[in-house]
Amino acid sequence: MERLADYINDGILKSEMIHAESEHSAISAALGAEAMGVRTFTATASQGLALMHEILFVVSGMRLPVVMAVANRALSAPINIWNDHQDSISERDAGWIQLYVESAQEALDTIIQAYKIAENRKILLPVMVCLDGFTLSHVYEPVNIPKQKDVDKFLPRYNALFKLDPKKPITMGPIGFPDTYMEFRKETHEAMLNSIEVIKNTNNDFKKSFSRSYGDGLIETYKINDADYAVAAMGTVCGTTRVVVDELRKQGKKVGLIKIKSFRPFPKQKITNCCKNIKGIAVIDRNISLGNEGALYTELRSAFYNQKKKPIINGFIAGLGGRDITLSHIKTAFNKIENSSDTEWLL
Amino acid sequence: MEKTIAGISTEELFASGHRACAGCGVALAARHALKAAGKNTIVVNATSCLEVFSTPYPETSWKVPWIHGAFENAAAIASGIDRALKTLGKRKDINLLVFGGDGGTFDIGFQALSGAAERGQNFCYVCFDNAAYMNTGIQRSGATPKYASTTTSPAGKLIHGKTEFKKPMPFIMAAHGAYVATANIAFPLDFINKVKKGLAFEGPSYIQVYVSCPTGWKFLNNMTIEIGKLAFQSNVVPLYEIEKGILTISKKPANKIPVKDYLKTQGRFKHMTEEEIKDVQDYTDDQWQRLLDLEKNKIRLF
Repeated sequence: MERLADYINDGILKSEMIHAESEHSAISAALGAEAMGVRTFTATASQGLALMHEILFVVSGMRLPVVMAVANRALSAPINIWNDHQDSISERDAGWIQLYVESAQEALDTIIQAYKIAENRKILLPVMVCLDGFTLSHVYEPVNIPKQKDVDKFLPRYNALFKLDPKKPITMGPIGFPDTYMEFRKETHEAMLNSIEVIKNTNNDFKKSFSRSYGDGLIETYKINDADYAVAAMGTVCGTTRVVVDELRKQGKKVGLIKIKSFRPFPKQKITNCCKNIKGIAVIDRNISLGNEGALYTELRSAFYNQKKKPIINGFIAGLGGRDITLSHIKTAFNKIENSSDTEWLL
Repeated sequence: MEKTIAGISTEELFASGHRACAGCGVALAARHALKAAGKNTIVVNATSCLEVFSTPYPETSWKVPWIHGAFENAAAIASGIDRALKTLGKRKDINLLVFGGDGGTFDIGFQALSGAAERGQNFCYVCFDNAAYMNTGIQRSGATPKYASTTTSPAGKLIHGKTEFKKPMPFIMAAHGAYVATANIAFPLDFINKVKKGLAFEGPSYIQVYVSCPTGWKFLNNMTIEIGKLAFQSNVVPLYEIEKGILTISKKPANKIPVKDYLKTQGRFKHMTEEEIKDVQDYTDDQWQRLLDLEKNKIRLF
């Protein structure tokens, strides 16, 4: 936000900036602006996202294609400003598409793609681009910034399907009684499911325009084709895992990585399809559903439930509140795929 | 500004057939506010009785573009719309009205309203003050008068209704630099003129309109306007404006009546003792004197 403020105040970016007094009001202002048919952006993290919680559901329920960057950080208490995924994972059911990125370049590219996905008239859902706090949000990394004219070509001017306009008055955000509410929810769910194809196509289109892509847009795999074992994870830990995969491969171990980019929608089929010959998966969760297990672990096991051939799947909780996930943590996870039971903590 | 009701627009932008209670003051006020604003208006509505009774999907009473998001964020949504209008180069062409109840304004929506006013957002915020959270079942709000019995401040054997006086919202909003006015549904012309003035003001304006509620206040639903008049005559609800920090009383009661004559008309006050009535009378007299002093001395408040 601070850089955007620089751009706006230097006249580089033509936009209005609303200095909201809270995240709750920031997302509400984005809601209002988006309802006017104006492209909007906001960013938050941690407690700020938690404060937005109520309005996240309103934005998705009203089918407003807001794009938001979430610099993933831990939730209090104890208060902790560092990285984990608990903030956005806790908003799993808010009706926002959630895309987790691995690098600064992917964050930049995914923001551009996010508008195209969100504004697709078959979708009309808000998108969260989740980037690891500090690891991505506060470090410098060289990125290739696409040219404005190429971005404009990829992402033309926004033309809202519905907007607030006295020339054509509409009512937005009415009350839905029990006889209509469920249909609204079902339609929103269907849009979320439809977005699987749109995310994939957008990734392809992006590749055509900018020669960069991230797996199929939903998941990205690394050395998975002949792998016996794989780590499944989201965000920057995937970068560390690639290094471990290379090391273990040198030792003759057939291992790979499944990076889940799209957590919502959850691309079940894509995941199970790429794991046909996998014997075991170690899921690394940077979050914990207290009293149960890591969220990605739950989702992955559920995805395989109806498969005839199921890999062993074990869950590992790691990197909460900014704790480093080291190469040895990931090696431990790989080593324990066969003999670990349920959830283990990589402390 | 209209001098007589003949000047009020006959165009109805708030359609009848909605689901408000018979005798609802809010429905009247919403209708009048739209007559003041006209067709070229966008309305942002906080969660409230008004939002619920006017938009049961797929029906709507609104003939102007209307949006509702949540309870406490109407001023924040309006901030987004205000800036979007600016971005689109339409800011001068379109009126922006924000509607909230007293709970959504005095209490839960106060932060968003204060933030928006601090940013100098350009909208006219109309607070429909029926002095409790009526939509959710008549719970006490910061606007509920002292001694009023509500479902969360009931007239019990030990505690007789609400224990605090009303929050001075108009003064708080005036301190934000807003154009501020109080109004009363019993005086529609005055209300309409104040909404017009609020819309013409560059920046935030705040109009608190007193809207009688038969359901919450426990009176017969043909008494809505009458009770509004009694509130005015007893000085319980004074009509005034604050412009650039200077307070002007809009209208003074020709025949002042004791607060008792107002209180006795409503079930919410029926438990009050003579001593409690005296407390309200003293408070009302003191507040009225304060307004008279402010007006007379032309003290710049903010």
